[in-house]
Amino acid sequence: MDKKTKIQPSKYSLTWPLKMAWRDSRKSKGKLMLFILSISLGIAALVGITSFRENLLQEIDNQAKSLIGADIEVKGNQPLPDSLMLAFYELAPEMSREVYFASMVYFPSTDGTRLAQVRALSGKYPYYGAIETKPAAAANEFQKGKYALVDEKLMIQYSVEIGDSVKVGEGKFKIIGRLQKIPGQTDIGATAAPVVYIPYNQLDQTDLLKKGSRVNYLSYFQFSSKVDTTGKWSKLIAEADDKGYRIDDIEERKEDTGRAFKDLTNFLELVAFTALLLGCIGVASSMYVYTREKVGIVATLRCLGMKSHQAISIFLIQVSIFGFIGSLIGSLIGVGLHVYLPELVKEFIPVDLEPTFSWLAVTSGIAIGVVVSVLFALISLVSLRNVSPLQAIRSDTESMKVRFDKIQLGVGLVIFLFLLGLVYLQIGDLINAAIFTAGLLATITILGLIGKGLALAIKKLLSDSIPYVWRQGLSNLYRPHNQTSLLITTLGLGTAFIATLLFMQDLLVDRVSITGAEDRPNTVLFDMQTPQREEIKQLTLDYDLPVLQEVPIVTMRLEEINGIMKKEAEEDTTVNIRDWVYDREYRITYRDSLIDSETLVKGEWTPRIEPGDSIFVSFSSGWAESLELEIGDEILWNVQGALIKTYVGSFREIDWRRVQTNFLVLFPEGVLERAPQFHVLITRIQNNELSARYQQAVVRSYPNVSIIDLELILKTLEDILGKIAFVIRFMAFFSIGTGVIMLISSIVLSRFQRMRENVLLRTLGASSRKLWKIIIAEYFFLGALGALSGLLIATILTTLLGKFVFEFVFVPNFGQMLVVTLAVTFMTVLIGLVNSRDVIRQSPLEVLRKEI
Amino acid sequence: MSAILEVSALSKTFKSGSRAIKVLDDISFQLEEGRSMSIVGPSGSGKTTLLGLCAGLDRASDGSVSLDNVVLNQLSEDDLAQLRNQEVGFIFQNFQLIPTLTALENVMVPLELRGEKNIAPFAKDLLSRVGLGDRFDHYPSQLSGGEQQRVAIARAFANRPKILFADEPTGNLDEETSDSIEALLFEINKEQGTTLVIVTHDDALAHKTDRILKLKGGKIVS
Repeated sequence: MDKKTKIQPSKYSLTWPLKMAWRDSRKSKGKLMLFILSISLGIAALVGITSFRENLLQEIDNQAKSLIGADIEVKGNQPLPDSLMLAFYELAPEMSREVYFASMVYFPSTDGTRLAQVRALSGKYPYYGAIETKPAAAANEFQKGKYALVDEKLMIQYSVEIGDSVKVGEGKFKIIGRLQKIPGQTDIGATAAPVVYIPYNQLDQTDLLKKGSRVNYLSYFQFSSKVDTTGKWSKLIAEADDKGYRIDDIEERKEDTGRAFKDLTNFLELVAFTALLLGCIGVASSMYVYTREKVGIVATLRCLGMKSHQAISIFLIQVSIFGFIGSLIGSLIGVGLHVYLPELVKEFIPVDLEPTFSWLAVTSGIAIGVVVSVLFALISLVSLRNVSPLQAIRSDTESMKVRFDKIQLGVGLVIFLFLLGLVYLQIGDLINAAIFTAGLLATITILGLIGKGLALAIKKLLSDSIPYVWRQGLSNLYRPHNQTSLLITTLGLGTAFIATLLFMQDLLVDRVSITGAEDRPNTVLFDMQTPQREEIKQLTLDYDLPVLQEVPIVTMRLEEINGIMKKEAEEDTTVNIRDWVYDREYRITYRDSLIDSETLVKGEWTPRIEPGDSIFVSFSSGWAESLELEIGDEILWNVQGALIKTYVGSFREIDWRRVQTNFLVLFPEGVLERAPQFHVLITRIQNNELSARYQQAVVRSYPNVSIIDLELILKTLEDILGKIAFVIRFMAFFSIGTGVIMLISSIVLSRFQRMRENVLLRTLGASSRKLWKIIIAEYFFLGALGALSGLLIATILTTLLGKFVFEFVFVPNFGQMLVVTLAVTFMTVLIGLVNSRDVIRQSPLEVLRKEI
Repeated sequence: MSAILEVSALSKTFKSGSRAIKVLDDISFQLEEGRSMSIVGPSGSGKTTLLGLCAGLDRASDGSVSLDNVVLNQLSEDDLAQLRNQEVGFIFQNFQLIPTLTALENVMVPLELRGEKNIAPFAKDLLSRVGLGDRFDHYPSQLSGGEQQRVAIARAFANRPKILFADEPTGNLDEETSDSIEALLFEINKEQGTTLVIVTHDDALAHKTDRILKLKGGKIVS
């Protein structure tokens, strides 16, 4: 038979798939609604965070000048020498000086004392932005007399009013203004270190600037438009840098601030991205089941003459439209989130943030939502092109399978590249983006494999001796059309994410908490001068307080390591010593023995040096590692002008979490005794009232001595951590929320598989009680196995993060793991039961009719 | 009268693991335009497979099928789909209505696939013709088995096919409903002059057709 006539070309209408998509969606509203929800929370988080970041960077850009308050800021621990001062003055004739240091302040009106950041200022600083005070005029007035501006929160805390006085060292100042905001400072910064401004010309009155005191000298300059700075500026920076001064200009401050918040926004964006990805898996799993349900319809339509691409286009249109609706809803929630986010983080950011609507964030959010919906749906949808019309007359279940092929692998590759691109756009680093994306996809694959492995293991190991309902529930996990792999993946990923957040939060809190809670020292007195040492010791004993530790501290700089000075280290690319190793000020003590927070790990500890001996010092092992030091290396120190040659004698491991003075470098006795030094005393005070009285007594008699109240610091730290944890939890809600929707979605979609079996069991006479038990058994195993798989991933992830990022050893908290497992299992069983209630309550026929 | 369906030396082999199972073996016959034929035989004799091959739902292992002078073996999957849409109607044992479409929409689908406009009145006429004039907006789940098969008949005739394939059209229905469905099928078939191929177990139905093709073990026995 070789005759062949031409087939008439089709007049196929392009709007028909659109019409079919709409018709088909009428009966699938519930399922598609879950699809919308899956995508919308992820998009909401993404749009909210992206808008917030754009807004923040824009404001940092707009308010850059007021972040620093001047064109340049020169900072050092010595006043600027005249030669440099003149050179700067040539380029920027307008200048202000500031000296700042930590000191106790005392409020006589209420008898309150508190460690504060004292800033003595002269000149018209800030040149950009303002020192905001109440009343506003106080910012300009305070330099005209013996006046002070005091941080508003500090005034409230100590019930101090305008007109009262504040004592700083020996000087007494009248408070003329409440300090509300200073350039570049965040609210949280003000809480941790409240500021007291006094006039620069009154600084001597405090009598606090002694040799060895830790003081910062700042000079602020404003450029003149008439002065040409070309070529001169970089030379001056190099010269100042050589002399140990740090120079900041507007661009650098802007970059620093932007960088600091880039880390925060990057983290939040990755949280948002994870929420989106969970949503995508929700989409993929919904579409897998949805597609499987549509095989019969497609087979019939193929019999009626529909081409394969037309079949795919119907469902692709549905996905695009519902993806668009989901993304649109998500974007609207995201805009709302963006309005709320600045309020949430306002204490952490140094700029005023007015939420502005970002079209870019909204449109890109919608576009990303539609693209990921389509891509993740395509994995299943492309398999519809293989549906044979023969499946309409051959209704055996095997032929109804959705088959996977090479095109799906291609779609998978496109998805990977798209996700990689998306992460890259967020974090701007291709290698890290690739690691993150590959890690996430590997996690999904591992969870999928765990699911498959478990199903196989149950099939092999399931014993007939197990009671019927449990056996039935368990066998549902491996029988045809099971959702085990999918549900283990979704449950596992959600659990892994939540558990990792929980573990990390615990570890970080544990890291800042201090060991030995009951009898731990809680008060540290520092900046004691040598003649004051015995008197303060006696005063402490008079108050019935123990002197737990009392150590001398000598400040010095590192001049050479094995004969290599800073300049040589900078010029020689083979030398790996960073600038800050030379620039930083080292606070070092000396003693003849190690204390209980120190363990000698290498070398030999020399307790005492006799005149003429080589000096062997001990380094913290961690510090020595970062400096790549070896035993015997030669270190030259500059002890406030005097050069001392030493050798690395030993390495000590230090437990930094103990409240005691720990030192990176420890000298033996017999070297530093005559060097200028100050002393630190550590004690423990049982109650607040005694603490206040003791602090007042110390500050009144020794105003140069500063007191750190560790309880107050811990409370502040807890407060700050609490606020950060809230931001993280708030964002994590989007991932957890998406996880829950994904879980509901997976269970709702898998209901169809179980429905027929349960109806059949009911028809055969199974009681409601038995059916409930079977359902509970199935979802109990699914929930528990999903949670345990997720916990396994979270444990691996936290261990890796601990080892490579935070440098701690993660010890799993089994109590916490049990709580997570129970919570996830309970939620899974609950959702499973809610979704299956129709099967139990209604007649089998009614259920089957409804399902179509 | 020319042959609308020509089957020549047709064979179909399925693979089951390493085993090859020959379901149809050297089948040849012709069916003239406007005539009716039933394919009968015991379960597993290859009836449904033969129907699927004749309608272009599957591809033969050997031999050829020519439908309205078009050799099916040489057509792509999409060409086959187009041919089915233009020339062929189907009625299935399990009705195969699209559950998400109403009765009226189910009948309109073949015409919509052809790109025809203003088809609702014609589809409504067809539904009224099969006695469902008051059930246009009902979904399949809201109809009885007999009513669903009536919708399927209306859909099968909607594109005015030259040939209609029916696979056990009354297999899922009770006797009374079966009789009325059969009557309806033959009545519309006669009206439209359609060629009819029916796969059935029902001898009474088979005897209503012009010709009976009896299969056993994949071969024509009479």
